[in-house]
Amino acid sequence: MNTFRRPGRGRTHPEKELRFSFDSKVYTGYEGDTLASALIANGVHLVGRSFKYHRPRGFIGAGSEEANALVAFDRGPGRKTPNVRATTIELFEGLVAHSQNNWPDVKFDVAAMNDMFSVFFPAGFYNKTFMWPKSFWDKVYEPAIRRLAGLGPAPTQPDKDHYASTYGHCEILIAGAGPAGIAAALAASDAGGRVILADEQVELGGSLLSVPQAVIEGMPAWQWLENSLEILRARENVRLMPRTTVIGYYHDNFLGLVERLTDHERSPAAELPRECLHRIRAGRAVLATGAIERPLVFADNDRPGIMLASAAQTYLNRYGVVVGDNVAVFTSHDSAYEAAFDLSDANVRIAAIIDLREGVPEALLEEANNRGIDVTTSAVVTGTSGRHRVRQICVNTMKNGVVEGGAKTIICDAVLVSGGWTPSVHLFSHSKGQLKWCQRVGAYLPDAPNENTLCVGACNGTFGLSNVLEEGAKAGGDGRTYKTSEPLSGTGEIFQSVPTDRDQTRIKAFVDFQNDVTDKDIKLAVREGFRSIEHVKRYTTNGMATDQGKTSNLNALQIASKAINRPIEQVGLTTFRPPYTPTTFGAVLGYRDGDSFEVTRKTSVDMWAEENAAVFEPVGLWRRARYFPRNGEDMQTAVNRESAATRHSLGIFDASTLGKIEIVGPDAAEFLNRMYTNPWTKLAAGRCRYGLLLGEDGYITDDGVIGRLADDRFHVTTTTGGAPRVLAMMEDFLQTEWPSLDVWLTSVTEQWAVIALNGPNARKLIEPFVDGIDLSLKAFPHMAVKEGKICGIETRLFRVSFSGELGFEINVPAHFGRALWETLYKAGEQFDITPYGTETMHVLRAEKGFIIVGQDTDGTVTPDDAGMSWAIGKKKPDFVGKRSLARPDLVASGRKQLVGLFTEDPEIVLQEGAQIVADRDQPIPMHMIGHVTSSYWSSTLGRSIAMALVKDGRTLNGTNVFVPMPEQTHVAKIGGTVSYDPEGARLDVV
Amino acid sequence: MLLIRCPYCEEERPEVEFSYAGEAHIARPADPSQLNDEQWAEYLFIRTNARGIHYERWCHRHGCARYFNAVRDTVTDKLQMTYKAGEPKPDAIGPSGGDK
Repeated sequence: MNTFRRPGRGRTHPEKELRFSFDSKVYTGYEGDTLASALIANGVHLVGRSFKYHRPRGFIGAGSEEANALVAFDRGPGRKTPNVRATTIELFEGLVAHSQNNWPDVKFDVAAMNDMFSVFFPAGFYNKTFMWPKSFWDKVYEPAIRRLAGLGPAPTQPDKDHYASTYGHCEILIAGAGPAGIAAALAASDAGGRVILADEQVELGGSLLSVPQAVIEGMPAWQWLENSLEILRARENVRLMPRTTVIGYYHDNFLGLVERLTDHERSPAAELPRECLHRIRAGRAVLATGAIERPLVFADNDRPGIMLASAAQTYLNRYGVVVGDNVAVFTSHDSAYEAAFDLSDANVRIAAIIDLREGVPEALLEEANNRGIDVTTSAVVTGTSGRHRVRQICVNTMKNGVVEGGAKTIICDAVLVSGGWTPSVHLFSHSKGQLKWCQRVGAYLPDAPNENTLCVGACNGTFGLSNVLEEGAKAGGDGRTYKTSEPLSGTGEIFQSVPTDRDQTRIKAFVDFQNDVTDKDIKLAVREGFRSIEHVKRYTTNGMATDQGKTSNLNALQIASKAINRPIEQVGLTTFRPPYTPTTFGAVLGYRDGDSFEVTRKTSVDMWAEENAAVFEPVGLWRRARYFPRNGEDMQTAVNRESAATRHSLGIFDASTLGKIEIVGPDAAEFLNRMYTNPWTKLAAGRCRYGLLLGEDGYITDDGVIGRLADDRFHVTTTTGGAPRVLAMMEDFLQTEWPSLDVWLTSVTEQWAVIALNGPNARKLIEPFVDGIDLSLKAFPHMAVKEGKICGIETRLFRVSFSGELGFEINVPAHFGRALWETLYKAGEQFDITPYGTETMHVLRAEKGFIIVGQDTDGTVTPDDAGMSWAIGKKKPDFVGKRSLARPDLVASGRKQLVGLFTEDPEIVLQEGAQIVADRDQPIPMHMIGHVTSSYWSSTLGRSIAMALVKDGRTLNGTNVFVPMPEQTHVAKIGGTVSYDPEGARLDVV
Repeated sequence: MLLIRCPYCEEERPEVEFSYAGEAHIARPADPSQLNDEQWAEYLFIRTNARGIHYERWCHRHGCARYFNAVRDTVTDKLQMTYKAGEPKPDAIGPSGGDK
């Protein structure tokens, strides 16, 4: 049995002994232990090194408030979690954990010299030091600091676990299953509504688990707890959620809960998610989150073995473990006495109780006397020693608040401290509830709520078991009273700073243990002019570690308030933000991981492309075939072949992702007149027109071919990525600006599959399959649209071309897409039909100078900038964006204009996004006059082609500009954007 | 995540079903060509950016797809009421920051 076990005490299971390893050494513990309690049972207190000074550290708490004892929790490859609080890790057989932030090991840590040189690491040292020269920061200081400071290393392997998420609703959600939460749940569930009772710990009961001697309704606390839980378990409207942390409290009573499902198991079933994020909408939230004991700030208060009195009480009463053999107590609050008495009753020697206060309740002194415990009042611990664990403390007495000389040393192996209690108002604060300073408690308490919230118990500043239970019951809608035992007393004093007789510049009294912030740092920040507590926090980093200052915020606030010489309520409190405790990214992602990270939209032809070895690329949420390599071709070779086949014979392309909106109604043409730059009234049924859509600011926002199927029916196409945006914009104008127009807008993007056939043999291929449409040049010219049938399937057949070749876009109901594709593909063998992807599509359109909105435009390009003034209906009185085209900035000279760019060396393919300058010899930083928007190798032209936005580009036609790249500066001549078949003769090949 | 009442669906639905659509009660001028550059810039760019009561537009994007108006307190982020597009601007309930 472990040396520090006390048989018969605690809730652990001695009959189930578990082996575990810490820093490769094997220990034993019991089922029901945490890693912390099991280590303490083995006499291990040194478990890590601190963040900045690499000082030896042990346990300060026994729960989620722990600031020091962060370990690497190793559940095997891909399952290593750094910075886990040892106090929250449930022990299981074979558990493996390591200490962090030390090298070569936790007992001999090279970087501990940081502690000796601490004079160089004051508050704000990151901001003040190492700033010059700048390159030294990146290359020398930062890497060195990162090696020596910091927490555990980030995992290097992908997370092997999977995570779940779910939504839920309830009438009352109770956060915290201590006495207040349980009383609230009993009362609330009695009324019949759905009740959720969540608690971060494995066992429900909260503080009751640490006070078995308490009596409720005439029975021992643990009996009452078991009875109450039994009642709750039996109620169908109650959901008890242990191991579930309420991490955040959001608008309209929306709360996030993370349930841990497998971390406590040795080999969990593979199908089990590690954690589940519950998003709960609650009618009312009852916060019963308790309070956290506050450490005292004194010299060297961070040695292993120095911990909160309540933690020692929990280790004893809940885990049956004593934190030492010879324990000193340093307190300004009565509650530490209870811990001392419990330990004394468990045959631990209490070396002394040192109380900062002058007056201590008689009842406590009497109980101490009965146990032979020496109590010194008006006394202060002025220092501690012991390398890897506290070995002795120095105690001085005080007179009128002034420390007197003649320190007495007291030998001990643990020190319990208590500076009072800090109500856990985090969740209340998340919900934007207002806080108010309470002098009685010495802490901020919930005041006006912003949501339907009730705070009960210690988190509301309510102490004493019966008060807490009754407040909980009342929140649950029940006025019952409780008869309980009460603690001997419950008073305390808040000391803004523990007095000392030592040279304050030479001691370290820690406030924030995790970020190594001392009271000196906070005072320095104030001396340097920081007055806002938010600034003090950021400058010193107090409260900014993973524990978010659970044990440090109030102490820091008190020290700052004293240094600023203003009352605490005027200094304010830093903001609490979710999550309450560190939360895994996995829990936040839930199912949105790997292939499910986001939706992948696929066309009806997608599977054919996959079967035919297409290489895909994402376009918006769609995946599109980029090219179809044959026999190990690289992309350029495949694109050269695909584009040659299309130019010379026949290419087939899946254009189904094009956005499609059907616009129907008597006012459809008028609606389009108002939306698009082009005129629509005179467009005949059966004809198409290229449409340009601007934002109200005059910039190009989308484009596409629009076909008029009938007087009152248009088939509008949009860019692949722009479809939802365009529909939303149209709906906005229709609903809110022109509600009198009689028009209906319907998204039909996914209803139609679109097969584009391009090339001189396109007509020959489809002619035999088409019914009801005369495909002759005259009857069905370029920019015609007709409804008819192809292979017996109803079709909207467009004669349009995004390649410059004779082209058709065949729309068929989506579920016929693949069948038609395969029919055409087979029949096309006679023409050596070639499937091509988006890359070839881009090359073909760029050869023709067709823009891609979002590539050749960037949201600041007007129609004129793009050389598309021809698309504007000059006679139209108004359309969206028209007025803006006359804005001074949009008509001024010096705007960037879209031009063609031809490199002097035809083999050079410029990089898209490359910057352009007018003078290659100017000093760096150069003055940039534009950038490359599209750039490709054109096998058709046997040279590279590019488009670019260049300042006053059209006036520079024929002149050379320069594209400086790291390896060399390229020379390119500005020209027109249409490089291939400028007359458009290829469209009408017979 | 807010709960938002769609005045067309007459139901309170979670915020994820909605999208924000800017300030409300800014009508597009009947004839923009009659506005000088300053007036047009005012219409196009200048917004209230209120601290407190704000009249704004939302769209029930993943529901009925209708645009409607809302009164929201930007300090508390509480939606006081919602109403249909075209309805007159209502008075806000109580002072900014008030609890409903």
